[in-house]
Amino acid sequence: MKVRVHVSLKNGVLDPQGRAIHHAIEGLGFAGVKDVRAGRLFELEVDDSVTDAALEDMAGKLLANLVIENYRIERVAG
Amino acid sequence: MAFRSAVITFPGSNCDRDMAVALEQIAGTAPHRVWHGDADLPDRLDFIALPGGFSYGDYLRSGAMAARSPIMQAVIAAAGRGVPVLGVCNGFQVLTEAGLLPGALMRNAGIRFVCREVALTVANTQSLFTAGYAAGQQIRIPVAHHDGNYFADAATLDRLEGEGRVAFRYAEPVNGSARDIAGVLNEAGNVLGMMPHPERAIDPVHGGTDGRALFEAAVRALASA
Repeated sequence: MKVRVHVSLKNGVLDPQGRAIHHAIEGLGFAGVKDVRAGRLFELEVDDSVTDAALEDMAGKLLANLVIENYRIERVAG
Repeated sequence: MAFRSAVITFPGSNCDRDMAVALEQIAGTAPHRVWHGDADLPDRLDFIALPGGFSYGDYLRSGAMAARSPIMQAVIAAAGRGVPVLGVCNGFQVLTEAGLLPGALMRNAGIRFVCREVALTVANTQSLFTAGYAAGQQIRIPVAHHDGNYFADAATLDRLEGEGRVAFRYAEPVNGSARDIAGVLNEAGNVLGMMPHPERAIDPVHGGTDGRALFEAAVRALASA
């Protein structure tokens, strides 16, 4: 099955990349965008037997750096 | 007593040779060169250096993959036994990713890669790495990094400052680091991570020699141990 791990910066952590992207969006003439935060999306193809605990472990030990990032795990049906 | 050191090379390290040259010039013995895939370090090491570079192409996060490579288990164990460990630039990123030092190195606040000599203030002169400097001394050391913006939560920063674990601060704007932190020590004082490159300031032809005192202090600390 497919699992998505969404990794995003914690609140309060400055995001220079997000800020640059924000500037670029404004440079393209789009109005009304108040803030941009950049994150990452990992798509894992895993056996059904892989447990939630194992996924949490993978996310916390490698995919996200918990000093600066949060993660959210999503099992995708089908 | 000969100084026994090791320089770890990861795929994508590019300052490992400079680090080895610095150690050999100052300590008088050539360091062991250790590959990231090795499971063990040489016996009875006096000093371990994690060099700068772009290990694993900075995949995932700078230093993240290297921190999980086989040799790092041995480095973590050695650090726990009190062996001095110096991580420079990418080596600092590896040390934070491995959990040997607190905090994280994020993208420079100005987005750009910064490659120039910068002024640093020596904030701690008690450690085995910094005992050769005077308190508050200003030194000049080159930096070359994209992800050197030090981040830790306020409580961690307060603790680092309160315990004298900030080794160096930037004396000019460089990368947006919290409280201008350029280098930090672990709790026991035997692990130092820093973004500036002391190994690139050990010979007059480098344009400066302010990095020598760091290596000289480490060699002296061993000789008197």
